[in-house]
Amino acid sequence: MSPRGRFIVRRLLLAIPVILVMSVFVFLMIHLVPGDPVQTMLGFRATPRNVATVREQLGLDRPLLAQYLTWAGGLLRGNFGQDFISHAPVSTLLAQRLPVTIELTVLSMTLAVLVGVPLGVRAAARPGAVRHLSEGLVIAGIAIADFWLGIMLVLLFAGIWQVLPPSGYVPLLKDPIQNLRYLALPVVALAFGETAYILRTTRGAMDEVLDTQYISFLRAKGIAERRIVYRHALRNAAAPIVTVIGIQFGVLLGGAIVIESLFALPGVGRLIVTSIQQRNYVVVQGGVLVVAALFILVTLLTDVLVGWLDPRIEEGAAA
Amino acid sequence: MSVAIPNVPARTSRRQGILASRKGRVGFAILVALIAIAVFAPLIAPHDPNAIDASRILAGPDLAHPFGSDALGRDVLSRVIYAYRVSLGVAVGSTLLAFLFGVPLGMYAGYHGGWVDTLIMRPIDMVLALPALLLAVALIAIIGPGSDVALLAIAVIYLPILARVVRSSTLVVASQTYVEAARARGTPSRRIITRHVLPNAIGPAIVQATILMGFALQIEAALSFLGLGAQPPTSSLGVMLADGRDFLTQAPWIEIFPGVAIAITVLAFNFFGDGLRARLDPRGVTR
Repeated sequence: MSPRGRFIVRRLLLAIPVILVMSVFVFLMIHLVPGDPVQTMLGFRATPRNVATVREQLGLDRPLLAQYLTWAGGLLRGNFGQDFISHAPVSTLLAQRLPVTIELTVLSMTLAVLVGVPLGVRAAARPGAVRHLSEGLVIAGIAIADFWLGIMLVLLFAGIWQVLPPSGYVPLLKDPIQNLRYLALPVVALAFGETAYILRTTRGAMDEVLDTQYISFLRAKGIAERRIVYRHALRNAAAPIVTVIGIQFGVLLGGAIVIESLFALPGVGRLIVTSIQQRNYVVVQGGVLVVAALFILVTLLTDVLVGWLDPRIEEGAAA
Repeated sequence: MSVAIPNVPARTSRRQGILASRKGRVGFAILVALIAIAVFAPLIAPHDPNAIDASRILAGPDLAHPFGSDALGRDVLSRVIYAYRVSLGVAVGSTLLAFLFGVPLGMYAGYHGGWVDTLIMRPIDMVLALPALLLAVALIAIIGPGSDVALLAIAVIYLPILARVVRSSTLVVASQTYVEAARARGTPSRRIITRHVLPNAIGPAIVQATILMGFALQIEAALSFLGLGAQPPTSSLGVMLADGRDFLTQAPWIEIFPGVAIAITVLAFNFFGDGLRARLDPRGVTR
């Protein structure tokens, strides 16, 4: 197998224990609830008979290991259990909600990269006004909490100017334009902090690369600065930038929980929060599992991509 | 014959360290003021934060009520001051808790290496492999909402970060000759860790913890905003933001000022952390 193939296989194998431990943690969630989880779920007016029925439905009366194996086996077949309030399969709920979360996070990350990377490159390549501007943006991005920015955006764009809806959602396939109108504010709110972070990383990585000898050599050769910056320096600064984008995707997924609730977007994050309030543990388990799995997948893809961008990392891992 | 003198930093730079940078000084000054506000809230708040005034429902800012009033006519400035006290308490408490457990774990793992390192760091890496806020929300789903649970949840997110930072600075210190010398002399490792490794390896963790403390305020606010943090009648900045949402266009001051308080705090901790870094983390582990 080629070194690249070996690297990818190794990386895939490394993800297995993480997924296993995560599944055990999510499985145990319902068992770690103080007191009787079924009693808590059903409320204190539930009859002992109801409690016994639901406990049996959830299989909570069986030995722990048997419960886990049944549960994990179900997961592999796409069975996340049943919502005890709506009686719908949790997998159906997740399938409805997941596209919203993915659209929100992917759009936010795209916006953050499209603004953050070019600004960061420019700030490093041409100090002066752009660098000052980028410094201000980084400070603002660190200080301002995403959901508070969301509230302020609603105040301005939905409250005062009334150009965008304050909350709600229309599916992308039903009406793409309305869909984007509903997503505009949440995406900007979620992307703002990320933009600052990516900008700072890009600027740092570019500063470092532009300071190396081979760049001086290219300059001495008389190659146009523009070409040096975009063709040579950016390519060498790409690995740390992509790494940060991958890590920050987890921050976005976490932020999506709050942003979806703020803007009433029917994503997995909002599903988790409302299910916590209803003590609907089976749905919480499914939601947490899906978001965590999504993040592990993104981390995996990032690692493979970074290995491809910087072959030295692959060699290091194979050694 | 001339001997090249290695570039030894001047003695005075150590003392100036923390406050040498303008950022560090600004951050320090703001922090002192903010902590004073939180501690002396009853003396500073101009009104009773819970006093309902029917004549001032959603009234705008004026001289007596610079931040305006909320839906029950309560003074927003006084409420921000008291809520800030709760939020800052959670932020400081959670970070200290994470520091207290994360630092010894990271130091022990880094100093001993081998299977001890694997045993401690593998689970910690697992926690880092999950989105932080998701983890916090999952923990609250188990235990139930509350500001003390939020504190615990933030500590669980922060512990792995601090342990990682300490571990890497410990690795550097543990390979220094003075540690080797102590080991060769037969000094017990517990004593080496407390006398030599701890004072030399803890700096970056202090820097990191300072910066994390500011962000803890953002996390606390997010959790409380979702109804997963502080529960009424306790009010934190996030609870205020959640309560004021329905009156956003009529009374934006209810939403603006708590957010500004969070932003200023995050910046102050960041600036102060940057100032500390010059003194405590010359190698830039936390960069």
